Amino acid sequence: MMSRITIEEVKHVANLARLAITEEEAEKFQKQLDAIISFAEQLNELDTEGIEPTSHVLDMKNVMREDVPTKGLSIEEVVKNAPDHQDGQIKVPSIIE
Amino acid sequence: MSLFDHKVRDLHELLQKKEVSVTDLVKESYNRIKDVDDKVQAFVTLDEENALNTAKLLDEKLIAGQMQGSLFGMPIGIKDNIVTKDLRTTCSSKILENFTPIYNASVMEKLHNAETITIGKLNMDEFAMGSSTENSYYQKTKNPWNLNTVPGGSSGGSAASVAAGEVLFSLGSDTGGSIRQPAAYCGVVGLKPTYGRISRFGLVAFASSLDQIGPITRNVEDNAYLLQAISGVDPMDSTSANVAVPDFTKGLTGDIKGLKIAVPKEYLGEGVQEDVRNSVLEALKVLEKLGATWEEVSLPHSKYALATYYLLSSSEASANLSRFDGIRYGYRAEDAESLIDLYKKSRAEGFGDEVKRRIMLGTFALSSGYYDAYYKKAQKVRTLIKKDFEDVFEKYDVIVGPTTPTPAFKIGENVDDPLTMYANDILTIPVNLAGVPGISVPCGFSNGLPLGLQIIGKHFDEQSIYKVAYAFEQATDYHQQKPTL
Repeated sequence: MMSRITIEEVKHVANLARLAITEEEAEKFQKQLDAIISFAEQLNELDTEGIEPTSHVLDMKNVMREDVPTKGLSIEEVVKNAPDHQDGQIKVPSIIE
Repeated sequence: MSLFDHKVRDLHELLQKKEVSVTDLVKESYNRIKDVDDKVQAFVTLDEENALNTAKLLDEKLIAGQMQGSLFGMPIGIKDNIVTKDLRTTCSSKILENFTPIYNASVMEKLHNAETITIGKLNMDEFAMGSSTENSYYQKTKNPWNLNTVPGGSSGGSAASVAAGEVLFSLGSDTGGSIRQPAAYCGVVGLKPTYGRISRFGLVAFASSLDQIGPITRNVEDNAYLLQAISGVDPMDSTSANVAVPDFTKGLTGDIKGLKIAVPKEYLGEGVQEDVRNSVLEALKVLEKLGATWEEVSLPHSKYALATYYLLSSSEASANLSRFDGIRYGYRAEDAESLIDLYKKSRAEGFGDEVKRRIMLGTFALSSGYYDAYYKKAQKVRTLIKKDFEDVFEKYDVIVGPTTPTPAFKIGENVDDPLTMYANDILTIPVNLAGVPGISVPCGFSNGLPLGLQIIGKHFDEQSIYKVAYAFEQATDYHQQKPTL
């Protein structure tokens, strides 16, 4: 039987999800994801023509509040958990060649 | 006897009579943790100095006659995906090993008002993804009833700590059964409230349309008290529901005469172990004796819940966990060559396999070309599952069945097979998909391991659940049995 997901697709999905994976991991995840996706295809037994999708169980839409400015975080709080920072700014690798 | 064999109400009486101090209660917690936690391994982080200081303050208030909070002086453990200001919050992941939140979850503010004392943070499956707490980066929590078996998950630390008498009670979170399943495995009481009953602000998001925080306790009454303290609408969470919070203890009378119970045949069918089925049938006899009636019903789409759940929860998780980028907080990989490389390496080194698997499944289900076939299809099936419950609740007050198909399994037994591991949650997942509340209460033993009875209610009708759970608890003595450690 044809796979639901190929090793190439696993690598593509890992790239979209910003996860570095090794060749070995790609093979392992391919098998596991293929099994899970095959299992999920049982949903195709159901006719869902005309059924509304449920994204949320409560009958709530567009919960609004007054747009009142409040105090933001201090610089100390913002950088408190940043793995690398200097002079109140978060450091990242160079993004311009 | 442990002080935690008492209920909140009794402990408050002891405090008022000055027979016990808040410091005694907090010391009871840490002494027990020192005695047994090297075996149980429920706690990831302890907060002893702060807890003892708070106890001292509360003892001063007690002497001054200012015992105000509804849970004054009660020692509580918090699942490690609920953010606690200035107290490390890891989600049992390497990626948050050094993360110290700068704010409190709304439930922590509510507990502060109720005057509980936070003992520490409890182990879990990484980012709440799992059914055994084996997916923690830090340690494997053991089931206090049998140290070779899992405590369940993902709130394994929360259930095990209560069962082991390390805290009076705890908070967990439940996305597909993560409070009820470990509560069943550890012989304690665990409730997943109605979606929207409790603010999720400060609960590190896994699947936002399914996640709920809930109480794990030794008895039904304390469970109702703890739920009372943390319920209510919150401006910080627009999915918290603006509905009245009733007095959850009101129905705790033991009287369930005339109550109509539905028992789904799908919950006692194939895959459910005989001991489990028998314990539920025995429980139904008890409820019948108390004046309730029960009938068999069908939730016809139950068998599709597991697949629906994994597609939807993983899709939501793939979006929610994109925030872990190694930039603003959390683990950052060394030697990245570019920004994209930094993201990829930090996430690859910071997340465990189960988390990666679900992020990839979700990314796949949401990706162009597959969205309609998987994600949208699952959302439509969710509508059918939700309707199953609505149909049954037109004629019945509560639904009763087992919490899990089997008692706790052995550590390591299911780790290599995600689908078998996922099957532990077949009886709890539909409840999250429908957004209704459900509880697990102790209802028997199988080879020395506890079994759980699941009671499911209508949207925002936790009162009926508690009413039935309390009547059952008062008529049985399962909840009084304690593991020997």
